[in-house]
Amino acid sequence: MRQKFSTGPLFNEMESRSGNIRACYKAFFKWFSGESLSAIRKKQKEAQEIFRLSGITFISDNSKQEHKKTDLIPFDFVPRIITSTEWSHVDSGIRQRTGAINAFLFDVYHDQEIFKEKKIPLELIARNPAFLDKMIGLSPPGNIYTHIVGSDIIRTDPKTYYVLEDNARTPSGASYMLENREAMINLFPELFSRIKVKPVQDYTANLLRTLAESAPHKKSKVVVCILTPGPFNSAYYEHAFLADQMGIELVEGSDLKVRDGRVHVRTINGFTPIDVIYRRIDDDYLDPLNFNSDSLLGVPGLFDVYRAGRISIANAPGTGIADDKSIYSYMPEIIKFYTGEAPILDNVPTWRCSEVESLNYVLNNMDSLVVKEVHGSGGYGMLIGPNSTKLMRKDFSERLKAKPDKYIAQPVLPLSTVPIFGGRGLTPRHVDLRPFSLMSPKGISVTPGGLTRVALKKGSLVVNSSQGGGTKDTWILEG
Amino acid sequence: MLGRTASGLFWLFRYLERMENTARLINAAQWMSLTRMNATDSDWLSVLNTVGAADAFMTQHDEVTKANVIDWLLRGSDYPSSLINCMDAVQFSGKSVRTAITEEVWEAINAGHIDLNTQLKTRVSESNLSTLLSSVRDVVSLIQGMAQSTMLRNDIFQFMSIGTHIERTDCTLRLLDVKYYVLLPTVSPVGSVLDNVQWETILRSVSSLGGMKMAYGEQFSAPEIIDYLVLNRKMPRSLSYCLMKISNSLRKLSISSRRNTESMRKAKHVANYYLSVHVDSIFEYGLHEFVQKLLTLNSELSDQIAEDYRFYE
Repeated sequence: MRQKFSTGPLFNEMESRSGNIRACYKAFFKWFSGESLSAIRKKQKEAQEIFRLSGITFISDNSKQEHKKTDLIPFDFVPRIITSTEWSHVDSGIRQRTGAINAFLFDVYHDQEIFKEKKIPLELIARNPAFLDKMIGLSPPGNIYTHIVGSDIIRTDPKTYYVLEDNARTPSGASYMLENREAMINLFPELFSRIKVKPVQDYTANLLRTLAESAPHKKSKVVVCILTPGPFNSAYYEHAFLADQMGIELVEGSDLKVRDGRVHVRTINGFTPIDVIYRRIDDDYLDPLNFNSDSLLGVPGLFDVYRAGRISIANAPGTGIADDKSIYSYMPEIIKFYTGEAPILDNVPTWRCSEVESLNYVLNNMDSLVVKEVHGSGGYGMLIGPNSTKLMRKDFSERLKAKPDKYIAQPVLPLSTVPIFGGRGLTPRHVDLRPFSLMSPKGISVTPGGLTRVALKKGSLVVNSSQGGGTKDTWILEG
Repeated sequence: MLGRTASGLFWLFRYLERMENTARLINAAQWMSLTRMNATDSDWLSVLNTVGAADAFMTQHDEVTKANVIDWLLRGSDYPSSLINCMDAVQFSGKSVRTAITEEVWEAINAGHIDLNTQLKTRVSESNLSTLLSSVRDVVSLIQGMAQSTMLRNDIFQFMSIGTHIERTDCTLRLLDVKYYVLLPTVSPVGSVLDNVQWETILRSVSSLGGMKMAYGEQFSAPEIIDYLVLNRKMPRSLSYCLMKISNSLRKLSISSRRNTESMRKAKHVANYYLSVHVDSIFEYGLHEFVQKLLTLNSELSDQIAEDYRFYE
């Protein structure tokens, strides 16, 4: 926890400090050096056109309602390349973590052994809005809570990866992973015939299989739907994309109805029962009878059907307790407790401001730390010490002193860099990685690669699309 | 298929058809205003009446001028059927039925939405009007063409076709509703050759001047125009043709769901009692009454389809 965090020189994933191109980038670099800049610029333009037409956008909502605007997430064609050996380390780390998170959730909502053995303080869940009372004692079909997990991973040197954040509710981004690859294959087919890259396109088939295997019954025909808040949601494009790829219905709350103890969907020829809901709406909005009664997005009575074991919901309600930032700092203990193994992927050292000693440390070292809200997301409500002004730090100090348990702090991480194409050539930018793991009663699988997010501003460490980040295709090499 | 998806497809293609009709109507009115010596701005009131927006227009404007009417029809933000609002509705419906349409159709919708939004950002000058109207025609044609060439002929397709033809019926009827008096025997006695520029407006609005001449010769009478717009089954904007398309789609839907619907019965009723007649009977019934009756029947048919296929909760 309090170990010194290396803030050594930045790791450039393509080029070593002595200027050598790392082995995994050699083939790409050779190709790049043989292309004219104008040809590349033309391709970059084509890529923008592909994404513009497909309607792949997100809605930035950090401003007031009337200023909401739809933006394209910028795409940079320079791939992020990782060797299969490097990847297998990440892959096994994610499997371990996903399994541990699922076991933790089962324990949290059943016997609570981990609290009885005092590995984690019980107050963390007792006062936590992400903890769902209604899930206590309830076993979801196949005991699976986290069908889909997308953890955010950063890299600081060739061998070291840290998990920055676990996303166990409804992680998004898989559609960008798939669209980025498709765009790359269309734009640069010659690269893919020269370099063997592990495919990602079977993600949707695996997702559908995972969901079907998690059905509440063993019948051969399983009806799976995606539940979306609707076209106004910022991730709607992804919901439609995944439904389309899987060939399943994209439903809104108003399409579903509980009848005779099962969830039915309203088709043109009447109501038919469904078995699995891949929901892309928050717990709170799932069922106005059982949760937020103001919700118009959900399905009245859905949770009663769930409790009766007659519908699967992916991810299970209440999984948010596992990706809460206050729980995050205990992940190493959680992994040890449920797997008996040391964590394969490290946590970023984290100061919990709820502890007096940590709070004092954070208050005294704010200019070198990142301070985050425990329940915040999307890069909002955080302070990046080295980039902050005295006034901002003063403001945050006051907030911290007022509600210390709402905050954690981490060192400023030397995120690795990967080049982007800057119009005149390659120039390094900071990246992170969100790989996607799928878990069914039959096991856990991780799609090779994931979504690489890149901070397009020079020196920026914030990769979120809502804060001017872009994306890249992520290549895991064969062999 | 979801009831909501059927509804989304139906409305997507209704709005698309409405866009095309609005563009045709403006085009025809503009043509008439430029070629007629005695054209006045008040002729544009008749255009507003055709789309049923005269009252709404007058709440926002003090007088009817050509420039104001065109701007209102193209860009009126509080006029739900303005071109820009229709395009938004098409794009929004397309989004909400994204999984039912092909990538080609979606990309055509999205590209059209971006294009027309750019062109309609500011008031369209008279010199740019015809460019804009051709863009609208191209956008609509590309979406419809992509649908024709890439969509499976399944239930999805039937709802698209039903939406198109319900809206088209409505548009042709509205046109007749406003212009019917030109074609009354008191204005142009049966058998006389029409010598009125008004009929030209009608035929231009349905892009059918050439087709009319092909079917009836160079000169034609009022009953021939009614025959053409109402009963001619070869004419893609006639009521008979549209109803035939709607009935075909309803029959195909009933085969795939193995059930007969009230909407099929309603469509058959309209076909048998109102459209299997001689044009003289329409004049006997009263042209105005006939048009009014069919407007009601068309909207009832539309409601019945929504009910039979569970468009709404």
